Amino acid sequence: MEANKKSKSFIFHLSTILLGLIMIYPLLWLVSSSFKNNSEIFVNSYSLIPKHWDIVKNYSSGWKGIGGVSFGTFMWNSVIVSVIGTVGGVLSSVLAAYAFARIKFFGSKFWFFCVMMTLMIPNQVMVVPQFIIFKKLGLINNLAALIIPWVFGSAFFIFLTVQFIRGLPIELDEAAEIDGCNKIQIFTKIIFPLVVPAVITSTIFSFYWIWQDFFQPLIFMSDPKHFTVSLALNLYLDPNSNNNYGGMLAMSVVSLIPVVIIFLIFQKQLVEGVATSGLKD
Amino acid sequence: MSRKKKALNFGNQNIIGYILIAPWLIGFLIMYLIPMAISIYYSFTKYNLLSAPVFIGFDNFTRMFFHDKSFWKSLRVTFYYVFMLVPLRLIFAFIVAMLLNSKRKFLGVYRAVYYVPSIVGGSVAVSIVWKQIFGNDGVAMSLLSIIGIHQKISFIGNPSTAIWTIISLGVWQFGSAMLIFLAALKQVPKSIYEAAGIDGAGYFTQVFKITIPMLTPVIFFNLILQVINAFKAFTESYIITQGGPLDSTLFYVLNLYRKSFTYFEMGYSSAMAWILVLIIGIFTIILFKSQSAWVHYESKE
Repeated sequence: MEANKKSKSFIFHLSTILLGLIMIYPLLWLVSSSFKNNSEIFVNSYSLIPKHWDIVKNYSSGWKGIGGVSFGTFMWNSVIVSVIGTVGGVLSSVLAAYAFARIKFFGSKFWFFCVMMTLMIPNQVMVVPQFIIFKKLGLINNLAALIIPWVFGSAFFIFLTVQFIRGLPIELDEAAEIDGCNKIQIFTKIIFPLVVPAVITSTIFSFYWIWQDFFQPLIFMSDPKHFTVSLALNLYLDPNSNNNYGGMLAMSVVSLIPVVIIFLIFQKQLVEGVATSGLKD
Repeated sequence: MSRKKKALNFGNQNIIGYILIAPWLIGFLIMYLIPMAISIYYSFTKYNLLSAPVFIGFDNFTRMFFHDKSFWKSLRVTFYYVFMLVPLRLIFAFIVAMLLNSKRKFLGVYRAVYYVPSIVGGSVAVSIVWKQIFGNDGVAMSLLSIIGIHQKISFIGNPSTAIWTIISLGVWQFGSAMLIFLAALKQVPKSIYEAAGIDGAGYFTQVFKITIPMLTPVIFFNLILQVINAFKAFTESYIITQGGPLDSTLFYVLNLYRKSFTYFEMGYSSAMAWILVLIIGIFTIILFKSQSAWVHYESKE
C-alpha cells in the first residue's frame, strides 16, 4: 500500500516535470539564444547553453532600436497605453458588471445582450471605420488611438465579473439591504471586496492583452516613434532593415519582462483568489 | 413597504443602473455602434480611401462568394484551425487541471510553469520564437537530424505542416483554461464526492457524473471565448508564416487585413468582416441555445 502510494507519487512528479520542461523550453530557448552569438543561433539551435556569450552585444545593439528610435521609447509607449487602458477598462467593466448582475434597471437585459454581442464581434470589423474615424480626428500616430478602444471597458471583463457576482449568494445583498445599505453601499462594502479576485484577474488579463496587442498598433501607427513593443519587434523581423537575430531575440526577452514580473507578483492572488472567494463559507 | 416607496425605489435603480454602465455605454456608442453603422454602409460600396465610396449594391458579396478563391481558402484554413485548436486545448486543460487538483508537493510551481505560456503566448516575441524553432535550421530540424531524420523543408515551409505549428502554439497556451478549471474544481464541495463514494461510485463515474457537470458553467464560458478568439487569430499567421506556404495558413483575419491595408479595398474588406461576424454569431447562438441542455447553474435551484 505504502509502496503503491510512493510509485504513484513518483509517476505524478515525473509526468508533471516532463510536461513542465516542454512547456518552459521555448522560453528558456529564447533567453539562452538571446545570449548566443548571431551565427550560433542556427547551429545546433536546440542547445540551451551558449558556446560564445554575446549578451552585451545583443542587448545593447537591440536596445539601440530601429530607424533611430530606441527600444526604450517603444517600452515607454507600451507602458502608457497598457496602464491607462487597463485602469480605465477594468474600472468601467466592474461598475457595469455590478449593475448587470444585481440591479434591475430598465433595459438591463437589452444592454447586457449588447455586451455579449460586442464579445462576439471581432474588432477587425470595427477597424476599418475606426481607422477612418481616427484619421479624420488626427489620431493616427497618436497613442490615444491605442488607448480609446480599451478604456471604456470590455465585454470579457464584464462577463467574467458578472459570472463571478452571480456566484455570490444573493442573501448577502438582501441582508445588507435589510441593514439599510443602498445599492452603492452594497457594492462598495459587500460586493467589491468579494469581487477583488475577479478584478485582479481582469487587471492582469487586460494588461497583457494591451501590452501584447499587435493588430491595433499595426493599423493605427505608422511612425516608429509611436510604436509599441510588439509592433517594434515586427521591425526586427524585416530582413531588409535588420539581420541582427541576437538583438531581435534580446528585445523579445525584454518585451516579456514586464508581463512576467506582473505575473510573479500577482500569481498567488490570481490562482488562489478565485478559489477562496465569497462562495466558500 | 408602501407601493409609492417601491416605485420610487425602482426609479432610483434605473438612475443608479445607468450611471454604473455609463462608461461602457459611451464606449459602446463610439467604438461599436457608429463604426458598425459605417462598416455596414462601406460593405455595399467600392472604397479605396482616396476617392469617395461608390455604392455598388451586393457586388462585394457576389465577388466574395463566386470570384474570390482566397476568401474560401482562408475560410477553410480558419475553420480547420478552430476545430482542431479549441477541443485540443480544452481537453488538455481539463486533464492537467484534474491532475493538479490533488494534495501534493510543488503544485504551485507546476501550476505557474504551465500557466506562463498563456500569459506570453499571444505576444509577438513568442511568435518569433515559434518561427525560429520550427523554421529553417531551427530547433525542430536540428533535433530531428540527431535521430537521423534530415528534413529538406522545415515545418513552417511545408504546406501540410505549417498550420500545425500554429495550432501547437495555441495548445501550448492551455494554462489559462486550466487555471479556470482548477479554480472551479476546488469549489466542488467535497461532501458530494464523499456521498458518491459511499454510494459506490468509482473514479470515472465521479468524473463524468459530478466533476464535469459541476464544471459545465466554466466549460461553457471557456468554450465560447476560445471559439471566438480562435476565429480572430491573426498575429501568429502574420508573424510566423505570413499566411504561407501556398496560403496554407491564410487566416481569415490576415486575408481581411491584406484586403484592407495592403490593397486598400475598404468596401470589400468591410463586407468580408461582416461575413466573419455572421459566422461567429451563428456559432455563439448555437452554443447559447445548447446551454440549457448541458450547463448546470447552481443558483437556479
